[in-house]
Amino acid sequence: MFMDIVFRFLVGGAVVTAFALIGDLFKPKSFAGLFGGAPSVALATLGLTILKEGHGYAAVEARSMVLGAAAFVFCAFLMSRLLLRRKWRPARATGVSLAVWFAIAFGLWFGILR
Amino acid sequence: MKITASTASLRELTFWECAIRFIAGGTITVATGLIAKKFGPAIGGLFLAFPAILPASVTMIANHERQRKEEAGLHGVIRGREAAGADAAGAAMGGVALCVFTIVVWQALPHFPSWAVLTAATGIWFGVAFGIWRIRKAIKAR
Repeated sequence: MFMDIVFRFLVGGAVVTAFALIGDLFKPKSFAGLFGGAPSVALATLGLTILKEGHGYAAVEARSMVLGAAAFVFCAFLMSRLLLRRKWRPARATGVSLAVWFAIAFGLWFGILR
Repeated sequence: MKITASTASLRELTFWECAIRFIAGGTITVATGLIAKKFGPAIGGLFLAFPAILPASVTMIANHERQRKEEAGLHGVIRGREAAGADAAGAAMGGVALCVFTIVVWQALPHFPSWAVLTAATGIWFGVAFGIWRIRKAIKAR
């Protein structure tokens, strides 16, 4: 169990950091930002889940991920608007946007999949 | 503006900025597995699209841009915020492509080999994200 957690942590950290570093290479920032919406956590997690739990289990996770991804779009769009239009500080804008991600993701799950 | 690639911004990264991204990525991957185990894959799956590194990236970009401007003797807060906002706007476009990625994985995974599904879905993610970015750029240029 402990080794499984350590392995997941290392794989997840490596994949997410790799996508972030790829994004850092590019300009303009709007293009580099695309990599902030890359399926980095999904690739790390789904690969390990398929190996351990099988395709059916991973497909159920992927179905829920559609709702999480929809929430991600709202979260990132809101973050952008708060920074550019409302001129909020980054820490405040990201904090509020993350709270909105939780609200939308669980709201959609409650309304559609529960 | 043309897309350019440069390693200059990588040289600005500090050890801690890389470490924060690694820890955030590792933590959310572990958390997703534990949440799925405790509450089932339907809840755990939501966290596969958690914006794990977006807050760190946005804050980091704002700080780097601000420092760059202040080194040139200018007030960099506004420029930092604009760069961070542009990055978040890009992430929103990447997020739309992420929705397509998840639908492809969800529908194809039960029928095809996992490596093929994940590889194809990642390629489709990039194609859709790049396409949306190009369309938005064309609309703004009018």
